[in-house]
Amino acid sequence: MTTPATTQAPDPAPPRNPPSPKTPRRRGDRIFSGAASAAGVFILLVLAGVTLFLVRESLPTFFADPADIPGGNGFLSYVAPLLFGTLLASLIALLIATPLAVGIALFISHYAHRRVAQSLGYVIDLLAAIPSVIFGLWGLFWLARRLQPVYAWLAEHLGFLPIFAGPASATGRTILTAGIVLAVMILPIMTAICREVFRQTPVLHEEAALALGATRWEMIQMSVIPYGKSGVISAAMLGLGRALGETMAVALVLSVGGGISLDLIGTENPATIAANIALDFPESTGIDVNALIATGLVLFVITFFVNAAARAAIARRQEFSGANG
Amino acid sequence: MSSTARHTTDEPAPSLEDMPLVHRPLPRWAPYASVGVAAVIAAGVLAVLGFGPVRFVLLTLVLFAVTLYAASRTVEGGRKATDRLVTIAVAAAFAVAMLPLVSLLWTVIENGIARFDAELFTSDMRGVVGPGGGVLHAIVGTGLITGAATIVSVPVGLMCAVYLVEYGRGRLAKAVTFLVDVMTGIPSVVAGLFAYVLFVLFFGPGVRLGIAGSLALSVLMIPVVIRSAEEMLKLVPNELREAAYALGVPKWRTVVKVVLPTAAAGIATGITLAIARVIGETAPLLLVAGFTSTTNWDLTDGRMMTLPVFAYYSYTQPGFPPEAGQQRAWAAALVLIIIVMGLNLSARVIARFFSPKTGR
Repeated sequence: MTTPATTQAPDPAPPRNPPSPKTPRRRGDRIFSGAASAAGVFILLVLAGVTLFLVRESLPTFFADPADIPGGNGFLSYVAPLLFGTLLASLIALLIATPLAVGIALFISHYAHRRVAQSLGYVIDLLAAIPSVIFGLWGLFWLARRLQPVYAWLAEHLGFLPIFAGPASATGRTILTAGIVLAVMILPIMTAICREVFRQTPVLHEEAALALGATRWEMIQMSVIPYGKSGVISAAMLGLGRALGETMAVALVLSVGGGISLDLIGTENPATIAANIALDFPESTGIDVNALIATGLVLFVITFFVNAAARAAIARRQEFSGANG
Repeated sequence: MSSTARHTTDEPAPSLEDMPLVHRPLPRWAPYASVGVAAVIAAGVLAVLGFGPVRFVLLTLVLFAVTLYAASRTVEGGRKATDRLVTIAVAAAFAVAMLPLVSLLWTVIENGIARFDAELFTSDMRGVVGPGGGVLHAIVGTGLITGAATIVSVPVGLMCAVYLVEYGRGRLAKAVTFLVDVMTGIPSVVAGLFAYVLFVLFFGPGVRLGIAGSLALSVLMIPVVIRSAEEMLKLVPNELREAAYALGVPKWRTVVKVVLPTAAAGIATGITLAIARVIGETAPLLLVAGFTSTTNWDLTDGRMMTLPVFAYYSYTQPGFPPEAGQQRAWAAALVLIIIVMGLNLSARVIARFFSPKTGR
């Protein structure tokens, strides 16, 4: 195996300095690599463009007379309940989806028969394929109605807790319902990542645990969970990113009351940023549009940082985990 | 270990030989038996409290877990019992996730089938009041907008993936990889706002154009295409590239003639899934493509209806009588689900039957 510089196995690219000065760089190569690099740079430009244009169109909001902003008290008091609602709905979704996702991922990676495991994964992925507007219709038409008696019961028996203070909504279209629908929607991506991480658990760790006499659950506790913990956390953060930005399902399911309220089953539901944009944008003009774009910018910044943190955690894990090779 | 401890406290001083190293396992039929027992008890309890299918399943599940745990604990010991309990919990988690999927599909089919007729596909909503009408205009809009988004996204996404796998080194490539990952998480409504503010620059406030919808969908689609194409290109064995270089083939021809064809099936799968992903996007189209009741074939002229937006509007503003509008909404949702599932299925078929024979 005499190796010309181009055949070093992991690096198919030609080296920066060609081995002999006589090798000409072909025109086709130059054009093609230029086009490829341009596509890469284009991605950076798109993201920069998104930020720039959103900022540009948001600026009028901050210089406008506070009385002109919807609500009449300036931008901060406009965005605060929306932000609260966004975070609350996403938090509910996360609390429901995380244990479920871990359970499903374990079921597929360590419990189900290997032959059916892959098909089970596809079935979960089907959930991700369903458009969000259909989740919204389903939540509104099917789920909310069925949850309403549960809410009435909760308000009656657990009403002393602030989150179930009630009076229970008569339609069931509460922030808790929205959170449940969001949980279903973020389940596939969280499951996919947990599954991937759990499957990467070094087989030797698992076999060692089993050889010591551990039951399957003890083996999972001793080898899979410690190995996959950081992966589960980043999966949860990615799910959070999805839940924060989810629009149509919330817009359809939630019956907005508008205030900041901890009551999960009542009628005073805060809206979320994304749903508010979808509901109000088509009928808005002038400064209202700028205000909506400004809330969109807030949402963009939050999801950007949540996603960036999640991806950074995943990337670091891949770099430093010794068991990957 | 706890079981041995329990034995030592029960009996005064058993010699080491007397302590069992293994417990007798429960017979294989034990889980089935406890399901039966649980179902019978649940039926009995619910006969008093009032019967309901969901209640019955839930109660049976809880009772099943309790019976099997108790039986296993007495016969097999605590550790085995915990193991069985966790197995039940994990399987139940999967079943819980199936519940929304099944009920959602069932709801959409049940409600959508009423208006799933020929008229749905042959007429639009122009001048329709009350029953009748169809989603032709929405299907045309969805097709055109998604098609235009695909035409933009695929070349850009593919070239970017080629850059990342074949050319990208150093900081720029790292930044692009990272930002592509982050871009997959951009909320769709933000992509819609971006398209809006971009088009406002040229067309003034209140702009609604099909092509703006395509732009918004491209922003959502490009990162998905990049991610899947990148994964596929990485799978192409380096030996193929090296063989081409050894024959004196220029790098760009190697990529075009060797690397891309080898990964073609995987890339096609990825593109199909990316289309399936954006075809159901509602929020950006609601913002920038607007809604209309007539068929519009021109992406650059005026509002354009799409299937998801149609489903949304006919459900929330059904007109009179409301049943007619809501039935149309469910029918549109059914059409959308059929399209999305069809795309997903064809992606799997492509992946299965056309995957590269790399000889590994």
